[in-house]
Amino acid sequence: MRRQIPLMLCFIAGVFTAVQYFIPHPAIQDFQERFLAWLMTLLAFAFLLGTVSLIRLHWHKIRNKADDRGYSFVALAGLLVMIGFGFFHPAHHSPGSPFNTLFQNVQVPIEATMFSLLAFYIASAAFRAFRARTMEATLLLVAATIVMLGRVPLGELIHEQIPIATRWILEVPNMASKRGIMIGVGLGMMATALKIVLGIERAWMGGGD
Amino acid sequence: MYADGERSIPSESIRWAVVVVVALAALLSCPAAVCAQEEGESTEGDTLAAVTYAPPTGLTSVDTPNDRGSAITLSWEASADETTGVITSYEIYRSTHPDTGFAYAGKVPPGITVYRDSGLENDIEYYHRVAAASAETTLFFSATVGPTTAFPQWFNSNRVNVLIGVIIFVSAIVYFVTSARAGKELFIRRLAGLDELDNAVGRATEMGKPILYITGLSGISDVATIAAINILGEVAKKTAEYNTRLIVPCADPIVMAVEQEVVREAYAEVGRPEGYNEDDVFYLTRSQFAYVAGVNGIMVRQRPATILYMGMFYAESLVLAETGSSVGSIQIAGTDAVTQLPFFITSCDYTLIGEELYAASAYLSREPVLLGGLKGQDTVKFIVGVLLIVGFIVATLAATNVIPADFMAPLYVTG
Amino acid sequence: MDGRSLFDKILKIDRRWIFLLVGIAVVIPFFLPLGLPVVVTPPVQSLFDEVDRLPPNSQPLLMSIDYAPATLPELEPMSLAILRHAFERDVNVAVMTLHPAGYGLAERALLQAAEEYGMVYGEDYVFLGFQPGVSAVILSLGVNIRNVFPEDAYGTSLSQIPMMEGIRNFDDVPLAVTLAGWSAAEAWIYYAVEPYGQRVAAGVTAVMATDYYPYLGAGQLVGLLGGMRGAAEYEALIEHPDQGWRGMDSQSIIHMLIILLIVVGNVAYFVTGRKKKLVSQG
Repeated sequence: MRRQIPLMLCFIAGVFTAVQYFIPHPAIQDFQERFLAWLMTLLAFAFLLGTVSLIRLHWHKIRNKADDRGYSFVALAGLLVMIGFGFFHPAHHSPGSPFNTLFQNVQVPIEATMFSLLAFYIASAAFRAFRARTMEATLLLVAATIVMLGRVPLGELIHEQIPIATRWILEVPNMASKRGIMIGVGLGMMATALKIVLGIERAWMGGGD
Repeated sequence: MYADGERSIPSESIRWAVVVVVALAALLSCPAAVCAQEEGESTEGDTLAAVTYAPPTGLTSVDTPNDRGSAITLSWEASADETTGVITSYEIYRSTHPDTGFAYAGKVPPGITVYRDSGLENDIEYYHRVAAASAETTLFFSATVGPTTAFPQWFNSNRVNVLIGVIIFVSAIVYFVTSARAGKELFIRRLAGLDELDNAVGRATEMGKPILYITGLSGISDVATIAAINILGEVAKKTAEYNTRLIVPCADPIVMAVEQEVVREAYAEVGRPEGYNEDDVFYLTRSQFAYVAGVNGIMVRQRPATILYMGMFYAESLVLAETGSSVGSIQIAGTDAVTQLPFFITSCDYTLIGEELYAASAYLSREPVLLGGLKGQDTVKFIVGVLLIVGFIVATLAATNVIPADFMAPLYVTG
Repeated sequence: MDGRSLFDKILKIDRRWIFLLVGIAVVIPFFLPLGLPVVVTPPVQSLFDEVDRLPPNSQPLLMSIDYAPATLPELEPMSLAILRHAFERDVNVAVMTLHPAGYGLAERALLQAAEEYGMVYGEDYVFLGFQPGVSAVILSLGVNIRNVFPEDAYGTSLSQIPMMEGIRNFDDVPLAVTLAGWSAAEAWIYYAVEPYGQRVAAGVTAVMATDYYPYLGAGQLVGLLGGMRGAAEYEALIEHPDQGWRGMDSQSIIHMLIILLIVVGNVAYFVTGRKKKLVSQG
């Protein structure tokens, strides 16, 4: 029963969502709208689940005196400070509030900095691994060079045909290959979704049969 | 002047007074040009009349097709004066009577000649008229159209092609699953990345180092995450058998809950429930690069022997893979994120591309039913490929006028 | 003779030297700006034309600012450029976000642009805020905006906001633009373009842009901005060079550096490979 009820709910919800796509009548669409409203509410509760898990994990580390418990102190302190300012400060909505100030001046620069690491890693990966070992790899490198030049103003200065070649690469072979992969991935997604709705695929419930 | 010399009212003043009185009378008798105006006519007796502009013409109203009812779609031809820029909007008015009681329903900017009047009652007759509004807020009305009633439809005829596609797809899947259940042998080709899983787990066991399993940043509704969880189950069985530590940092709390269940069940299935450590399958953060920072920290501190990237990834893929490479781990990746595949192929030892990830659960378990689903999917892909080639040939012939351009038109259903 | 030739050393170079080169390449243009001109490409021109066609003081442009702090440097220049274009033409703008961290960033970009052009809240622009549940939100917007956002982000009912009068759903939104470093653009295509026929344009990071060319080709997206280059092109069109245009200098030098690294790496690889072959044959 523990597994049958979720399977049944999954089947009903899956079939209903598929059927409502073809039936615009309000007898079906009114229910769909309510369903969507419930979905938004449930997804909001997922944030709570994550917060509880985070607090539990770091509290365990602190209590058990784990080696890296210093990071856990920082994580919990950050969480409590932001929750405090976000919920209890009277002006938490306004742009100049402490919550907003911390967000704009701490979280935003930190995350932007982490993203900027990509530039360094791309350079190091390009040097280490981009090798013209085969004909296909050579073709790839030539195309990559043209596109890299074409996407910056310097490429236009080097030769006027470079941006044109770049556009052709993006709009013809790139588009064709992306379309092919997208069709395949789309069919794969449909098949997996169908298997989930029919109860053939049960990994989402956790555990085996 | 009167003949006896008394000062009289000058005739010029009288003329001006008459003009003013007549003008006032005209204005007061017709306070709004709206009420009296018919198509193409200007207001009578309007000695101070503003310039008149052409109203919209050809107004039609139909029940909005393929909808939930309560809506009527109007379309008209633009005012002839629209191109001069004097028309500032088209205002729509509706009534349940053909001559009176018209109320404002909405407006659209110039250039738009369609309006969907919604929020109506079904099965009630409505009449509409559309006015071209000028900058002076004068309205120039079209003829009244109607009566039209709104009602809901039970089937969206624009989606017939999708329905046919779904029926073909479901039929193929069901056929092959049924065949597989009946015992038919189904072949699928080798997937190198999945064959290496055993070696990867063995390596970690020999080195006495953990395995790091990363299921991407997407939620449980993403098919790639489901596929990743399938593979996690198989990997967890192997780590349970070999008593190798498995670390699974999660970016989504719901996914974490599912993964904890999957790993716990896997350990129980091989008879080692005591080997499961709940703290090793934990929620890290939803924030993309905070997650990256956390996972990179785990890689640098724990130095896992094997790292598995399975699921949906975004820009963080290269940062993760390069850090994994720098600590000397063997790395196997699988994602349907086409953008990230080049980074994984560059930095990882094996990569599952796109649908190979979805095929993983069938490949690893070799369950007939799952294999049948995979074959069904491949059959539909073949059908799509054939249709693409046929469409390409027809489109080329149409473009070169060998066949009429609208040859395939009956098959096109635009949604 | 030293067993490790120059090319061997090059192949085994510590990656931190490469990181240092990248850092220098990025910083140089801050002190020596190149000021290179930017040529506009059709996907960006297409979005510009769409915004240019929007009627002033009428149905709003709906901007879904869905990026997180990580992709702010690439995507904020885009949002500012589009907002400036809209405000320059007195087009009403309604801003929302589908990402929880996008709330502060959407507000920040919107208020900055509004202040530059002296726009009035409620009459010229409105901030709707954040709602969780991407697909559910977009589908519900197509039915009734008030189902999702009964109030704006500051608690004011939409019925009390002048510019939202008569704005019911996607029927009254001539154009929606999503700016995101994740798959928000795909969600807008699946749940707004396909079921409702909504006109949608997207701004995404450079690495994601190639994924969206099929949608652009099929007409499911009416415009596309890719990365900082896309922002720079849009800034050129509105004649308001800002962060996007300034970033092009650093990007030009970095691209040249990466090409150089690839060439050097391959030369070293082939030279050392040939040497090993000669040694083994000898």
